[in-house]
Amino acid sequence: MNLFAIVRVGIRSGLIVGIVAVFIVLIGMVQTFAKRYLTGDLTLSMVILLAFGLAAGALAARQVTKSSPHLGHKVLAAGISGLITGVMLAALLFVISQVSLRDVLVNATPEMVTALSLGLPLSSAALTLVGMTVATAVIAVLYGLAPPRLRRALLEGLMAVILVGLFWEAIIGLDVSRLVMKFLGVKAGKVLPLPGAIGLLVVVGLATYLLRARPHLNTTPTRPKSSSAWRYISLVLIAGALAALPFAVGLFWSQTLTTIGLFTLMGLGLNIVVGMAGLLDLGYVAFYAIGAYALALFSSPASSLGLGLPFWVALPIALIFAAISGILLGIPVLRLRGDYLAIVTLGFGEIIRVLALSDVLKPYIGGPQGIMETPPPYFFGIQLSDPRYLYYLILAACLVVVFISLRLNDSRIGRAWIAVREDEDVAQAMGINLVAAKLMAFAIGASFAGVGGAIFAARQGAIFPMDFTLFVSINVLCLIIIGGMGSIPGVITGAFFLIGLPEVLREVDEYRILAYGAGLVIMMLVRPEGLLPSARRRLELHETEAEEGVAYGTR
Amino acid sequence: MAPAEDDGAGKPKVLLEARGVTKRFGGLVAVNKVDFVLEKGMIASIIGPNGAGKTTFFNCITGFYKPEEGQILFDGEDLVGLRPDRITARGIARTYQNIRLFKEMTALENILVGMHPRLKSGLFGAIVRDPATVREEREAVERGKELLRFVGLRGKGDILAKNLPYGDQRRLEVARALASQPKLLLLDEPTAGMNPAETEEMMDFIRRLRDDLGLTVLLIEHDMRVVMGISDRVTVLDYGEKIAEGTPTEIQRNPAVIEAYLGRGGDGYGPA
Repeated sequence: MNLFAIVRVGIRSGLIVGIVAVFIVLIGMVQTFAKRYLTGDLTLSMVILLAFGLAAGALAARQVTKSSPHLGHKVLAAGISGLITGVMLAALLFVISQVSLRDVLVNATPEMVTALSLGLPLSSAALTLVGMTVATAVIAVLYGLAPPRLRRALLEGLMAVILVGLFWEAIIGLDVSRLVMKFLGVKAGKVLPLPGAIGLLVVVGLATYLLRARPHLNTTPTRPKSSSAWRYISLVLIAGALAALPFAVGLFWSQTLTTIGLFTLMGLGLNIVVGMAGLLDLGYVAFYAIGAYALALFSSPASSLGLGLPFWVALPIALIFAAISGILLGIPVLRLRGDYLAIVTLGFGEIIRVLALSDVLKPYIGGPQGIMETPPPYFFGIQLSDPRYLYYLILAACLVVVFISLRLNDSRIGRAWIAVREDEDVAQAMGINLVAAKLMAFAIGASFAGVGGAIFAARQGAIFPMDFTLFVSINVLCLIIIGGMGSIPGVITGAFFLIGLPEVLREVDEYRILAYGAGLVIMMLVRPEGLLPSARRRLELHETEAEEGVAYGTR
Repeated sequence: MAPAEDDGAGKPKVLLEARGVTKRFGGLVAVNKVDFVLEKGMIASIIGPNGAGKTTFFNCITGFYKPEEGQILFDGEDLVGLRPDRITARGIARTYQNIRLFKEMTALENILVGMHPRLKSGLFGAIVRDPATVREEREAVERGKELLRFVGLRGKGDILAKNLPYGDQRRLEVARALASQPKLLLLDEPTAGMNPAETEEMMDFIRRLRDDLGLTVLLIEHDMRVVMGISDRVTVLDYGEKIAEGTPTEIQRNPAVIEAYLGRGGDGYGPA
């Protein structure tokens, strides 16, 4: 590889990362995160700036690696790449500090200048930016050279620092941490102290380095069988942790946990429709809405029915309503496949919301005013309006739904669904009644969402059409894709990531959709099977890689 | 029971009978007034050049297409208008020209899906796992393993279908078809893509299906050695019409067949 080609790779990667970096700065991400301290004086916006340099270096080095193993070439390309990214950022800083662009770019405020210049005077700030990106770009190359075991240890250590740093306020705000600190007689500041961060990095890094002695393989076709005693112990531990959770984390986080639980319910329902039966439903929020409205209609004394039935009577009614609507909405789309099905169901979701808003149904379900005074559930006389108590109701519902999902997955019906997903025509030729299989998937998926919606209505005390926007459907779909399509633990993980994370990082909320988009793209590139894929799907997507790996190894 | 009209040898039991079956796609007549009789316990072949309507005829029998005219009698009952899953439940199973397994399910799971119409457990059974369901599942798995052994895939039940070698995939497809306990098995080019040794094996296997399991087999085949080697009867289709019918030796001498295969220059099929 000649020098010219290397310079070209460097320039190209630098420009790519530079453009992305300028875009990210201009949408205001850097200034938004300037007040979020990770550890010591290090803010999240500084981390983002450092990440630009790392990305520039890594991108350049990766392209050089394909054709040249020479270290000098990589460093050169990465250095040029980092230099260009840095220069672009510096130029941006210079422009926005001299000219006001606020008319067209609303985020180009003085705060952006401050965040980007790291509080330094303009010229030295520009130099610092360039120097920093070049340095981090070269560091990225060196990191790539380290042995995999060390790299992994470093990565996990850094991840731990970032997670703890970001969630520091949340962590010290938990009831249980308050108790511990009181017991130890220490007071925690608002930011993870720097020595603590370094200690965490070392401990987690060392632990990873020592524990992951064997090379990590992506495919484990035969799962190691743990002894049953160990399984019971871990089961008891998990049960204990789940039971203690709301009181350990306190009121605010319990509320978040209930939201996560509701989305888990929906995710598990959609997982049956999309993950197992392969019916891409983009209007899933409709069933959530129907469950919520059914519960409100029957249980609220202020509704048009005015029955004021107790929660436990209204809940099965809501479930049945949702299941029936699942079948009714399923019938017209029985013959549709793939993208056509997605478009039509998308429409259904909106129709339900618009109907709820409309004047036609206003006398019955209140139009934009919704339905008020949905009473909280009672459990043997205990009012479950406190999220810490409501948590147990949702936990119970999730456990039931998880159980049903697991059982269905491993049954004649589950196999029929997967067969329909794989090849509808052949599934029918094998004697599977497509109509019955699809409608059953729609009905069961809808009833899970209906239960979620009913509990949601009871939790909120009032429901409005705007609670049931398209965004709920997208959220649920994203969480099963990120968690791992068809995988039940994946759905739960996905719910924690997608619903819990934005609650913790309030600043992220503004960039939620951007983060979803970026997250989905990255997931599809890096880990298309999701975070916690079902065993079958993990096999599907990585088996070929493993085979290739073996083939290369023998050469 | 429909009487067999064209076969003089006593009164054989007719399993499948097509009467004037016609299937059109717009202006194209893919299958044109085809009469066809298949006796129980026979191995019969349908041959013909590319686009002769063989697979379309198969699709009419299995209910994937609905013929515009004609009747298809199976065990004396008309199948026309029934959904494919109902027809499978009545005892017709098939394989495909281009293997269509459920690629991302294991071999055993593929067979269990094939058993679908013979199993009963529903939603309640799936969730509650009552003793009847548990027993049914256990027996199904046992029978699935037996089928795997029968087709020579012993111990390969946990492998994803797509990771099986080509020949194994073909055999698995047959096993999946057998899982529905059919009376009639339709094989669409079972030896396509096989080398001579594998083809020989497949021929033996098809004979075993009849001799050991008492199945009636109807196959579409291009390989003339296979057709002539195992068929009791051969039917020739050309441009959707039946142009000849008879024993393999009769067919080999039939001038219309020779013309259909050789008379049209490049587009015909010759024996490989």
